[in-house]
Amino acid sequence: MNGGQDLGGVHGLGPIDPEADEPVFHAEWEKRAFALTLAMGFYGQWNIDQGRHARESMHPAKYMTSSYYQIWTEGLIKLMLDTGFVVPGEVHLGRQEVTPRDLHRDPVGAEEVAAILMKGGASSRDLDTDPKFPAGTRVRAIRMNPEGHTRLPRYLRGCEGEIVAHHNAHVFPDSNAHGKGENPQHLYTVMFAARELWGEKAPANDFVHADLWESYLVPA
Amino acid sequence: MAHDTHDHGHHHHDGGHSELSETALRVKALESLLVEKGYVDPAALDELIDTYENRVGPRNGAQVVAHAWSNAAYMEKLRADATGAIADLGFIGRQGEHMVAVENTDDVHNMVVCTLCSCYPWPVLGLPPVWYKAPPYRSRAVSDPRGVLAEFGVRLPDAVGVKVWDSTAEVRYLVIPQRPSGTEGWSEEKLAGLVTRDSMIGTGLALTPEQVAS
Repeated sequence: MNGGQDLGGVHGLGPIDPEADEPVFHAEWEKRAFALTLAMGFYGQWNIDQGRHARESMHPAKYMTSSYYQIWTEGLIKLMLDTGFVVPGEVHLGRQEVTPRDLHRDPVGAEEVAAILMKGGASSRDLDTDPKFPAGTRVRAIRMNPEGHTRLPRYLRGCEGEIVAHHNAHVFPDSNAHGKGENPQHLYTVMFAARELWGEKAPANDFVHADLWESYLVPA
Repeated sequence: MAHDTHDHGHHHHDGGHSELSETALRVKALESLLVEKGYVDPAALDELIDTYENRVGPRNGAQVVAHAWSNAAYMEKLRADATGAIADLGFIGRQGEHMVAVENTDDVHNMVVCTLCSCYPWPVLGLPPVWYKAPPYRSRAVSDPRGVLAEFGVRLPDAVGVKVWDSTAEVRYLVIPQRPSGTEGWSEEKLAGLVTRDSMIGTGLALTPEQVAS
């Protein structure tokens, strides 16, 4: 979706202002928001693409002025409401009003955390079909106006680049984010000249790379 | 730096902005609710926090870089199979399932961003800093990387090309900064002390021996 999250090339958002010796968390609530998001994700009731879509569904003005753990918190609440873990009154009051979902398992315990994190969740999948584009192929990112989730940013749409790497097939976010299946597709790293994206004032020796799924690309 | 004048949600000081206090209360209520409903174990939450606050961070990535600087065969493996090479040092798992290492040279400087969210290689760098997830960096890293680098105090000669890597899929990028001169014969441990978090995102360079000494 063309939402607040699609920030590449936006102007006027101010200085970056990196903080010296920045702590990992700036407040206790950030720690808890982070851990709650991961712990609830362990139930597997939503996937990473659904998680991202929940966050980017926030109003763009709110998205751009919220801290990232605020975005995570609102995203988690939306996911839990959508999947019936909680109801709105409970979130408001912080107290149980309806019977919990029966998940047929206990919550993840402290002793299980390390193994779960180490295992991760690979998104690559084996596919019988060969990749369409060998390295060196000139391709163009398609134009699209997606109402749902996509990982093809606006600033690349319609632009021409070159395939520089193939990464096996990966779960396709545009369908996976909407519960419509993994539909893995070949994934490529595409290199775009900065001048193709931003015009002649960009340095001739600057390039932007993005990892793009096969259906985002057509031969140039 | 005047962090208390920020308007995008930094929270460096206690008693900040009322919206953040509201968020703190909202998160507290949420945790009480999820514990009451039996969905989460508070000890597991503590473990998750401790993992990323104290155990997994950019010192891991610095070990990878220092080993690559010291060992040509390892650098070759990192180029060919970064996920495997990084796993050889014990750094695996969530948000590092598909790693690619990009190497700075005399002609090329690499810089990593996620314009669409906050993708970052957790096993080697830990959790991302606030600025990496915030709109100013995400918007300009792709359109004005040299201007962004200047804000980090890095000025590249025009002859050095900039390659930006926008993490739009599940591939995670680790920048291998150039080894500073004057470090011949250094141990890996000593070399790792030159490798900053920002040098592995590409918004900085490795420290020089002079910078470490001062």
